[in-house]
Amino acid sequence: MTARIGVVTFPGTLDDRDTQRAVRVAGAEAVPLWHKDKDLKQVDAVVLPGGFSYGDYLRAGAISRFSPVMESVIDQAKAGMPVLGICNGFQVLTETHLLPGAMLRNNHLHFICREQKLRVETDRTAWTADYTPGQEISIPLKNIDGQYTADERTLDMLEAEGRVAFRYLDTNPNGSLRDIAGITNEAGNVVGLMPHPEHAVEPLVGTGRTDGLGFFTSILKKLVNA
Amino acid sequence: MARVVVDVMLKPEILDPQGQAVQRALPRLGFQGISDVRQGKRFELEVDGPVDDAALARIHEMAETFLANTVIEDFVVKVEDEKAEEEK
Repeated sequence: MTARIGVVTFPGTLDDRDTQRAVRVAGAEAVPLWHKDKDLKQVDAVVLPGGFSYGDYLRAGAISRFSPVMESVIDQAKAGMPVLGICNGFQVLTETHLLPGAMLRNNHLHFICREQKLRVETDRTAWTADYTPGQEISIPLKNIDGQYTADERTLDMLEAEGRVAFRYLDTNPNGSLRDIAGITNEAGNVVGLMPHPEHAVEPLVGTGRTDGLGFFTSILKKLVNA
Repeated sequence: MARVVVDVMLKPEILDPQGQAVQRALPRLGFQGISDVRQGKRFELEVDGPVDDAALARIHEMAETFLANTVIEDFVVKVEDEKAEEEK
């Protein structure tokens, strides 16, 4: 049976179609979910894609966090369902407190769009099992509210528990503390990152690299083996 | 109808890049002597009915769960003195 991966569209989401495509390229079935859907349509995992949900009003991700679909996503994530938040999706996950910390405006205040080198720090999450720890990948990055912040205690805890999932390499594009590009929850089923793996799954488009495909093959492998 | 104001500010230990950008622009614009700027948000809430303890408690909850992200922000809830406003 094909794994069903839900991709949520909020008003203002931009990258839902690319994310659905990435899911299909990896060999899974992409199930579109609307922000008003309380029913998750029996998906096996959910991706919260990038964009500017609710125009980033109040704070990025703050309003979407209270949408009907997120009530179900939060419940299911706590029960162990894999959830990946990319860019705005990562901001939504910190606003829900499924992931610790918060996102600030980039330290230089500019919107940034570049190809970004990352180091994958852990393969012990539902979304990174197809990578090896220490592996360097390059995927697109585009954001203005991408500066990851948390208090020292939280940062130390994340490091000690191996929950820093990705770190920026060569250059820190937004002032994120300890070069953190992405983190995971304790159980490893919820992962958030600022750069966009869904834009790097086919050699013909984007950067011409397919370094982002591993996210979607990882989850597929996990679901098939589950 | 009464007005309640919720002021939201980044916590003192959190970097405020927007406030810093404003502060750096000040000397260029001829405004001297400002050593720090921090930028916050002000919400003005028009409340139906009396602003009693129960209403204030609800607004406090609203500020804590929604208007402010308490991971990075502090907030203050104030009832605006209507008389003082009128005397101005």
